Amino acid sequence: MSLVRLASGESFTPPGPADFRLPPVFGDSVFFTKPYFLLVLAALLVVWFFVATSRPSAVVPSRLQFAGEAAYNFVRNSIARDVIGSHEFMKYVPYLVALFFFILVNNYFALIPFIQYPTFSQTGFVYGLALLTWVVYNGVGIRRHGFVGYWKHQSVPPGVKGPILGLIVPLEFMSNILVRPFTLSVRLFANMFAGHLLLLLFALGGEYLILEAGNAVYIPMGVLSLLMGLIVSGLEMLVLGIQAYVFTLLTALYISGALAEEH
Amino acid sequence: MKNLRAAEEGGHDLNPLIPASWFEVGLSLVVFGAIVWAIGKYAVPAFEKAYAERTAAIEGGLQKAAAAQAEATEALETYQAQLADARHEAARIREEAREQGAAIVAEMREQAQAEAARITSTANAQIEAERQQAVQQLRAEVGTLATTLAGRIVGESLDDEARQSRVVDRFIAELEGEPTGAVQTNGTAR
Repeated sequence: MSLVRLASGESFTPPGPADFRLPPVFGDSVFFTKPYFLLVLAALLVVWFFVATSRPSAVVPSRLQFAGEAAYNFVRNSIARDVIGSHEFMKYVPYLVALFFFILVNNYFALIPFIQYPTFSQTGFVYGLALLTWVVYNGVGIRRHGFVGYWKHQSVPPGVKGPILGLIVPLEFMSNILVRPFTLSVRLFANMFAGHLLLLLFALGGEYLILEAGNAVYIPMGVLSLLMGLIVSGLEMLVLGIQAYVFTLLTALYISGALAEEH
Repeated sequence: MKNLRAAEEGGHDLNPLIPASWFEVGLSLVVFGAIVWAIGKYAVPAFEKAYAERTAAIEGGLQKAAAAQAEATEALETYQAQLADARHEAARIREEAREQGAAIVAEMREQAQAEAARITSTANAQIEAERQQAVQQLRAEVGTLATTLAGRIVGESLDDEARQSRVVDRFIAELEGEPTGAVQTNGTAR
């Protein structure tokens, strides 16, 4: 906010949530905004990549197939198999692979030149994914333990007896059933939103200080601001990947917890 | 970017937690569902098939190698057994040959000895026969010669057969009886 005070001539408007609401690319329809296109583009990229790399299905893989296998194996082995367990993880592999790479590609859109927009800074998309994860893990839990058995499984921790249950059961129910979709979606959304906002701030602030503040003294500050933007971009590289990983890992953990036998 | 932001001046009260359109949730579900479907239908079976085939190929290769090794060991054993048999056989044949050779040599020697003995005995018999013949002949001639000689010396014809043969016989008997003694006596007397 200090930038605002520094600006003497034309006042500086810091970026805000409104900068994430892009107008339609053409026409007035809500369907033709940039995030919608990016979401579909990410889906096409992910599907194309996995179908193209898996299609040869060769015993001795080509370079492309090897790349596809490496990507697929990362989710299949180090997320699905390690978390869910080796005897029933295969059923959830398509879901987890799709989830990880769909989020990953959408997140890295934030740093790709001319795209530079993290699709999941739009909460609506994130809510969709979190909702699906919620339905999936509760669904498999109910199928495994029965309706009543599942709620008991998720709400009553083993080894707890007596009046303390009155306190524990609502808390467990809250944290295991009600809060999870919100923490999942807010974690992903907020990271994308904040990261992009930070980049916007450094980029717009630098631009303003160099070109529009009308004072040569501010120019080095502007350069510093742009440099900070570059450093934050490097940090974002990490965050974008980590958030995709965390979302997928938590989904796998929830599924694994819902499937677990009575302890 | 600038005109874009200018277009949205005054939007700072927006709550980013509320989506621009709830339609976003539906779109996200549909698009993501399509990805899950496509990956589950095409990518996962293809990858798993490749893994299964790879595992089978590696295990098959190992089994094949083990089989080949077992076969090689078996062949080696057979070969060695055959070699040992052949050596044994060769030794046996050599031994037989040696025995046979010895037998042949012994037989030949025996034959040769028999032949030699036969030849010797034949020769002996022949010599004996010839000697007898010579003795007979000599006896006849000696008799005649002696009587003729004695007749000349004595001047008396010894025509009388009986006397003649008596004299000859006595002479021969003397010759045969002590030939050496007489000669030696004569020798020493001289």
